[in-house]
Amino acid sequence: MQQELVGSVVLPGDVVGVVRGDVELKLGPGVRREQDKIVATKCGVFRLRKPNMYWIDINQKRYVPVAKEHVIGIVTGKPGENFRVDIGSSQQALLPFLAFEGATKRNRPNVQIGDLLYCEISVANKDMEPELVCVDGSGKSHGMGVLSIDGFMFRCSLGLARKLLADDCPILKTLSARFSFEIAVGMNGCVWVKSKSVTNTILISNCIENSEYLGIDEIEKMVDQLVQSAHSY
Amino acid sequence: MSLRSLSCEQSLLARCDGSARFKHGETSVVAAVYGPGDVKPNKEIINKATIEVTFKPKTGLPGCAETALEKILQDTCEAVILTSLHPRSSISIILQVEHDDGSLLPCCINACCVALMDTGVPMRGFVCAVACAVQQSGEEIIDPTLEQEQSAAAVLTFGFSNESEIITSHMIGQIAQEKFYSALSFASSAAKTVSDFYRSSAEKKLSKVRSCMSRNESMK
Repeated sequence: MQQELVGSVVLPGDVVGVVRGDVELKLGPGVRREQDKIVATKCGVFRLRKPNMYWIDINQKRYVPVAKEHVIGIVTGKPGENFRVDIGSSQQALLPFLAFEGATKRNRPNVQIGDLLYCEISVANKDMEPELVCVDGSGKSHGMGVLSIDGFMFRCSLGLARKLLADDCPILKTLSARFSFEIAVGMNGCVWVKSKSVTNTILISNCIENSEYLGIDEIEKMVDQLVQSAHSY
Repeated sequence: MSLRSLSCEQSLLARCDGSARFKHGETSVVAAVYGPGDVKPNKEIINKATIEVTFKPKTGLPGCAETALEKILQDTCEAVILTSLHPRSSISIILQVEHDDGSLLPCCINACCVALMDTGVPMRGFVCAVACAVQQSGEEIIDPTLEQEQSAAAVLTFGFSNESEIITSHMIGQIAQEKFYSALSFASSAAKTVSDFYRSSAEKKLSKVRSCMSRNESMK
């Protein structure tokens, strides 16, 4: 792999490496193998996680479903024994009635059209419509399911959603030092926030949206500014 | 022999998945891309994405000439987009002409390409387009203005891939065969200016992201 390209901007079609028999490479989003070359397919920053995982960081708005990711979707219909859920991908996803904790044929989950669901993608490939579940293999929900109507959902870019899900997300640390709130982040760019008052919820969602391109020190300043202006109002 | 000043603005439209405004001198085109998204059942293709191009002229209703341009743009985009990664989906590209001062077709192709890169649609490469006007006297002008196009014997547009292979070729007018090949070689060298411009504008667009990344990493 061309080590000098790591951290720099690549365009689609740029050759970022060659396939060698002795080295095992893991290719993430944005890079693919063409015969004996590794080629970038998107315009973005070429990243490496040592020792051998390569991908291209790109901030998209449109979500492409990937299995095992958690997303927030909106229920748009109830055909047959399933719910039809809009997760922002090219096709709407299917969620079977029985994929909820404690659901049986007699005991149907209480989900209406327009409800927000936090679920996991169980099947996602390019040829089929995605399928969701709200339980894990053993039947436990782990927080998945209907998100309460008291919260507020807003959409952000996929890059910001990934930042929020990182272990040491600076904006969430800063906000949790000042407010108490509940948050659910979907990899499809949907973020759901619930806190004690409407003002706090709006403040938190604005802070999160503003923090996308700010460094750690700038985030603290921005949050302080917004909190001050909200309280003075 | 050089191009007019190129300028490019990305992610300018809030609602679409990607957008770009590309200018060759005064000629300005805005391209918006939605996708990969839903497709009507009568238009879906089982193993590829459907690429739909809508071309909107500056004034008047779109007619046959606009439909012909749409077909050229659709074929160009199909050559660079990895359509097999998104079967039964659609990638919609809408182009709006803001001002036409010559070289409209290359400007549209370049705007499409930058908008597709901005959206994050997987592509096997990019396409750089330039126009070459061959005057009655035989003189070749790269990136002609509207006046130069109207007085020319022929206007040729070529789109080139990363490796300078021809993806698209379009011609209006009549010239001798040798002139065609000489215009093609001029256009091929001029297209490198466009591809260098793509690279520098991508670096500018991502400079904030990279500086934010490196600042955060140095703080850890």
